[in-house]
Amino acid sequence: MTYLTGANMTGGYTTGSDIIKDCSIEVDLGEIAVVVGPNGAGKSTAMKAIFGMLNLREGSVSIDGKDITKLSPPARVREGMAFVPQTENVFTSMSVLDNLIMGAFVRDDDYSQTLEKVFELFPILAEKQKQPAGELSGGQRQQVAVGRALMTNPTLLMLDEPTAGVSPIVMDELFDRIIEIARSGIAILMVEQNAKQALNIADKGFVLVQGANRYTDTGEALMANPDVRKAFLGG
Amino acid sequence: MEFLNAMAILANYVIVPGLAYGSQLALGALGVTLVYGVLRFSNFAHGETMSMGAMFAILFLWLFKSMGVSIAPLPTVLLALVPAIICAAVYILITDRVVYRFYRIQKAVPTILVVVSTGIMFVTNGLIRFVIGPDDRSIGDGARFVMKAREFKNWTGLDVGIAIKTSQVITVITAVVLVVALFWFLEKTKTGKSMRAYADNENLALLSGIDPEKVVRITWLLVAVLATVAGTLYGLDKSYKPFTFLQLLLPIFASAIIGGIGSPLGAIVGGFIVAFSEILITFAFKGFFTRLVPDDFAPEGLVQLLSTDYKFAVSFAILVIVLIIMPTGIFKGRTL
Amino acid sequence: MSDSMRSVLAFGIMALLLVAVGVIQSWSLSLTILNLCIISAVMSLGVNIQWGFAGLFNAGIMGFAALGGVTAVILSVSPVGAAWSAGGFGIVGAFFVVLAAVAGVIMVQRYFHDQSRSRLLITTAFLLFAFIIYRMVLDPAVEAIEAVEPAKTGFLGGFGLPIVLSWGVAAFVAAGVAWIIGKIALGLRSDYLAIATLGISEIIVSVLKNEDWLTRGVKNVNGLPRPVPYEIDIQESEFYRDIATSIGIPIVDLSSIIVKLSYTCLFLIVLVIVFLLAERAVRSPWGRMMRAIRDNEVSSSAMGKNITARHLQVFVLGSAVIGIAGAMLTTLDGQFTPGSYQPLRFTFLIWIMVIVGGSGNNLGSILGGFVVWFIWIEAEPIGQQVMNLITSNMADGSAIKAQLVESASHIRLIMMGVILLLVLRFRPQGMLPESRSQ
Repeated sequence: MTYLTGANMTGGYTTGSDIIKDCSIEVDLGEIAVVVGPNGAGKSTAMKAIFGMLNLREGSVSIDGKDITKLSPPARVREGMAFVPQTENVFTSMSVLDNLIMGAFVRDDDYSQTLEKVFELFPILAEKQKQPAGELSGGQRQQVAVGRALMTNPTLLMLDEPTAGVSPIVMDELFDRIIEIARSGIAILMVEQNAKQALNIADKGFVLVQGANRYTDTGEALMANPDVRKAFLGG
Repeated sequence: MEFLNAMAILANYVIVPGLAYGSQLALGALGVTLVYGVLRFSNFAHGETMSMGAMFAILFLWLFKSMGVSIAPLPTVLLALVPAIICAAVYILITDRVVYRFYRIQKAVPTILVVVSTGIMFVTNGLIRFVIGPDDRSIGDGARFVMKAREFKNWTGLDVGIAIKTSQVITVITAVVLVVALFWFLEKTKTGKSMRAYADNENLALLSGIDPEKVVRITWLLVAVLATVAGTLYGLDKSYKPFTFLQLLLPIFASAIIGGIGSPLGAIVGGFIVAFSEILITFAFKGFFTRLVPDDFAPEGLVQLLSTDYKFAVSFAILVIVLIIMPTGIFKGRTL
Repeated sequence: MSDSMRSVLAFGIMALLLVAVGVIQSWSLSLTILNLCIISAVMSLGVNIQWGFAGLFNAGIMGFAALGGVTAVILSVSPVGAAWSAGGFGIVGAFFVVLAAVAGVIMVQRYFHDQSRSRLLITTAFLLFAFIIYRMVLDPAVEAIEAVEPAKTGFLGGFGLPIVLSWGVAAFVAAGVAWIIGKIALGLRSDYLAIATLGISEIIVSVLKNEDWLTRGVKNVNGLPRPVPYEIDIQESEFYRDIATSIGIPIVDLSSIIVKLSYTCLFLIVLVIVFLLAERAVRSPWGRMMRAIRDNEVSSSAMGKNITARHLQVFVLGSAVIGIAGAMLTTLDGQFTPGSYQPLRFTFLIWIMVIVGGSGNNLGSILGGFVVWFIWIEAEPIGQQVMNLITSNMADGSAIKAQLVESASHIRLIMMGVILLLVLRFRPQGMLPESRSQ
């Protein structure tokens, strides 16, 4: 049994048809799992389903062996899940430090160690901690967003296209950080548009097409699979 | 000497009343801005909320008086504020639970909520008239003046006096204390920060595990405090008339929008801008100029830009000018 | 139940209620209520054009109604010659100063194309200068006019035209003011329109209260000429006396009923015309587009529709209708009392009519106007009776009893609020819902 399992998930938003069909995604602690696929394949929806942002008609989600299919998103935060949305993922009017403190909102314990860790991971945030997050560059904001999520002290970090709209250099930098986070024992699940680079660092890869699993394998194996290469990685 | 006399006139008729009125408007606008920032609608019932708070204060004032409680030289109504705030808070929380919450869950558009708030306005207005009647109530007691005009004249030797009413001093001091406390709460406490976070980005606040219902409750509590204090101070300074609060809605909204609706700092700045413009534009400068210029040039008329009946027109005119020049207000909106 | 069945039933019940008032209380009262019901219905049709068709929140209904009222006054009363000769020149002069100021501001705006600080500064300085000149021209004239027989006139008077004409003119006056407000406030955020209209209506009313040279202010204008016969003439006419004796009611009662019925006929004509025009508008391509914009502003704007311009049209049209109703109301009252314009009665009550009746449905707005006005009027006597019933067991002279009986009249405010909230919550489409099939 893997740490996080989303099994046979089927569902969509309140109105309309199913967007994901019989979709399964799983990831273990310390691993990086990447969901890739063409536009409209339901990648983000699958992630939202795992986080409880849409009702599943069928299937289940469990974390650490505990069934959480019925829990609300805030309750899942308490179960160790953290989610970084693709856009509007920082409190723009608040300082970097306050953004991070808000990340730790649900925690009653001392979070200063986590804060130190985040600053170690993203030194620029320590430097700019008094500045409103809205004034930062795109890449720095993304760091704030990831930092905020880490402040909940998650066991599973979910990232929705973390590299959307950032330069290639920043993207590499961000991926390095994500690897670092995974090494510290956190499970990472991310949806990526930049499939090649993402699969490069992935332990597991899920290729979705029309809301269903098409290929599931290790990142390496998917990169080596000629069908996947041809259809999704641009040859 | 004449220059000092002219300044004394200005202080007596413009600065002192302007500071008091500005504080009242600022407190009212803060309430409007908090509701806008967190619940995202323009609360037309806010004037009545202030009226309701003031009414509770008067009821408790009567109770205290009948028990012989007094905190002279301070007005007894200050003591009545505490239970009045509690009652107002209970009333507001009931309206939220019974009325507003439904639309929040439905994610209704802001205009629907505005219409809903006019329903609350009707009910509140009716309740107030039902309980306390539509008449004028004077609520001040204790010492009326901190400084009387004659004392000032004797003390300075000027022939123009500056009178400072106790109510004015109390208004300004209370407003400052309340505003400092509010900012401390919003900037420094975890709950206050979670309110700002919710106002800034509702979805992300949810992702951080912030409970929206709790944020809404806290907001209404703050609104109850601000509205009760603002309404009572206004009543203490002038007198309490249930129907004036509907008219106060306009300068209050003008203050909030001019400052940038959703911004607490803006609400305060806006409140003082509106208060001073209203007073300056409807103030007769005759006495002021007569003392400054040689006798031959002394103005014949009142040198009054608009008669005091047009007070509300002034707040509106400023509102229009600000909307044309900077549509988002002085401090950009939506940042608690 | 089909929509038309529901309408017939609802209006039938309404008619029965009015008949009941006629039988139980008096026919004269019943007609008074009916006349005000019709005026309310016209007013809520106007608001429905703005809210129901386009989703615009106009919180300044009171102002447009008051504009209609003052138009009725100025058009109908006879000119006061003495006042004109005393200050007419100054007033006309002041009017030209205003024109010159507007022209000047436009020129300044043209000259400085950019949004520069100097443009703002010069505009402000110019306006201040123009204002001082304006006051210098206006003030002595105003003083002279208001000194002319202040107890009787003290104002310029009007044009001495038939008062019914003012109903049409009021539409243009209200439309003109609405155009100016719309230019400023539409296109900004939706709730700013509410605040702006709330503000402008307060200003309109305070101008009417304070500019005595124009409206006599709070001294009111009484005895406006009527479009219908006077009771006294009816009572003296042989013809009506015979009718009164033949059906066996006092001639005094008959005359008042005839006068009120005449008003009813006139008002009904207006109501029908406005209703038919509004219905045509809804069903036209223009109406469909308005609803498309209301229901989805984003996609409509993506389709290249100029939303602000459309909203301006609808805002001006709706306000014109409110202006007509305002003029009708003043005609019915036969007097103009600026102090009587209260936002609760003239703005928010009309809102309740539209929402209770059915936003977006013209017939619904009319029904809302009837029902809500009926409740508003009858709530007071009924509330009084309920209170008497409740307190009948209490000892006479108890403070609570006195308080309850005395405050009964305020219950209708609570009642109206509760009705609004209940409708919004449990039947947001109102009594007669907007039909979606069109």
